[in-house]
Amino acid sequence: MTWRAALERQRSLLDFALLALWRRRGKNLSLVLVYGLTVFAIASVVLLAGALRAEAAAVLAGGPDVVVQQLSAGRPALVAAEAVARLGAIRGVSRAAGRRWAAYADPVSHATFTVLAPEGFEGRPGEVELGAGAAAAMRWKPGEKVGLLGEDGRWHFLEVRRLLGEETALVSTDLVLLAGEDFERLFALPPDRFTDVALTVRNPRELTTVARAAVGALPGGRAVTRPEMARTYEALFDWRSGLASVVLLGAVLTFALVAWDKAAGLPADERRELGVLKAIGWETGDVLAAKLWEGVVISVAAFLLGVLAAYLQLFLAPAPLLAPVLRGWSVLSPPLRLAPSVSPLELATLFFLTVVPYTLATVVPVWRAASTDPDAVMRS
Amino acid sequence: MTLLEAREVHRVYHQGRPDEHEAVAGVSLAVEAGALTVLSGPSGSGKTSLLTLLGAMARPTSGRIFLRERELTSLPERFLTEVRRRTFGFVFQQPNLVRGLSARQNVMLPALPLGLDHAALGRRADALLEQLSVGHRARARSDWLSGGEAQRVAIARALVNDPEILVADEPTANLDSALSRQFMAIAADLKAAGKTLLLASHDPIVTDSPAVDRRVAMRDGRLEGP
Amino acid sequence: MSPVRPSSRLGLAALAAALAVAGCLLHARTLRAPERRAASAALVARLGLTDLALFTEASYTRHLALADRLAPFLDHPQAREHFPSGALTAPPAPPEAR
Repeated sequence: MTWRAALERQRSLLDFALLALWRRRGKNLSLVLVYGLTVFAIASVVLLAGALRAEAAAVLAGGPDVVVQQLSAGRPALVAAEAVARLGAIRGVSRAAGRRWAAYADPVSHATFTVLAPEGFEGRPGEVELGAGAAAAMRWKPGEKVGLLGEDGRWHFLEVRRLLGEETALVSTDLVLLAGEDFERLFALPPDRFTDVALTVRNPRELTTVARAAVGALPGGRAVTRPEMARTYEALFDWRSGLASVVLLGAVLTFALVAWDKAAGLPADERRELGVLKAIGWETGDVLAAKLWEGVVISVAAFLLGVLAAYLQLFLAPAPLLAPVLRGWSVLSPPLRLAPSVSPLELATLFFLTVVPYTLATVVPVWRAASTDPDAVMRS
Repeated sequence: MTLLEAREVHRVYHQGRPDEHEAVAGVSLAVEAGALTVLSGPSGSGKTSLLTLLGAMARPTSGRIFLRERELTSLPERFLTEVRRRTFGFVFQQPNLVRGLSARQNVMLPALPLGLDHAALGRRADALLEQLSVGHRARARSDWLSGGEAQRVAIARALVNDPEILVADEPTANLDSALSRQFMAIAADLKAAGKTLLLASHDPIVTDSPAVDRRVAMRDGRLEGP
Repeated sequence: MSPVRPSSRLGLAALAAALAVAGCLLHARTLRAPERRAASAALVARLGLTDLALFTEASYTRHLALADRLAPFLDHPQAREHFPSGALTAPPAPPEAR
């Protein structure tokens, strides 16, 4: 057969398959919908995970090389200034900077903010810079005075100098930046106490060595290196995590149901039609090809529908369906204006898993009926 | 000239089981080219079974079938289907049109897997439907056709690949007398056009028609008489 | 087949899908990820941040990279980890062999 005839043959068989699907269009449309929904669920998790991981990898690369914490009875404790000096003296450490930050729970809204007194705070004492989420939650605007409840029981009022940009929301949405003195006053802390210590290491290959030395220099201490921090974010939405497992399980069950329905056997009228096709001269291969097209059309349609819908809801819509899930018990909404980062391999795998098993499940029950003599098929 | 020949064919259904039944019990028959041959006999006489054997729709339990010099019974399924497609056109007792397709689409159905030019195939289908006086119903859904119209569409379908031999099993079973006579007129036209026809029927309008060249009576799976 | 073949209609639908995919790809570009990421990365470097501000439920969920395996259970040795974000994040990997 010439390639032109072969093409025309496939096209005609495809025509037949489409007409067959359209004949039972109610059932087939709902099938595409249900199957598409399954793909949508998986694709949403895959796309979101990919985007978050890509953002984390790109954005956190410039953070501290090693962070050293002090633990006391298993709980984080403050680090003294001379401990910071000791850490700075470790070989390979170019700089040891004490960080001052704390979790602040607003008594009114119950939102939790991260209050941070950075070394290079650009404002003056009495001023504060807010992350977009914090400002939105409390409806604070630049120029206004915000009230923070100190640990001494008194309210401290600070003027909002500016808001941190929306484009940095992913790392800054809950931040409250202020001067060191205000931090000390708010949390009733002396100036020589720090939350933890950030180390800058000259040689990146020595991170583990430095971390070990840091724990030695600070008894009861704990050191985390940047590669370890990066690994935490690579494991976001890992398949072993609760949400992803549940979605996957649901998808597998749905698919099994659909496949079982198909593979359980042909209804009598379909088998009779098969016999007619064979009696008018169709080969087994022709019948199987037409059935294969049916399976391909349904599964590819479901795939496209699911993935496009997942993309739309994650990257076009302002509030993805997964936002409430990610939000959990937080008061602040997670900043989910993400840039898509799709791994072609993941997408290809999803495509393969969506199309191939389903198409096979469609073809298998037809195989037996298609191979028998048309006479036998028509009599049964 | 002998076009189709059966030699000592048997057809046994449900072999080895309690409901074993021999539908064709040792039949030898030669079908002449260009002739209209009718297998007559009561229901259960085995004429439908013999027809399916001669039409390459089923294999005999024993015995051999020849198309000209070529033995069909030993052909693998793939080649048998090829023969079935090119040489035979089958008209069933029920029109057996595919639901949801138009009359025109049904007529084109046997030729779809051949990869022929689609537009040309469509024109051929239209021409055939015209010849059989159902051209005006070409785009109607097959479910909406009357019995007679459906039967004629089925005949057009059987003719789309321009087969040498037209095989029809009880073609007038669901037609009234007028339509039955019309069918035999069509059969006579096809014979005049050079086709070989093989019919199975117990309808007198068929068996007693002047277009019939040879009548073969069957009873209990065997041929009766000469 | 009738004037418009079903496969032609499918071809149109496939074209529409291809356009949608192309649209998504174009849209992905317009989100200007590199610029936004550069701004965030600069802030991270300036302030010495270690985490994305995703899960503000608790300190150890907000500062995921710094959390140790003990953090969720500080309240009581047998307390179960109870924040919903626990279903999304894996516990921190054990530190590299020191």
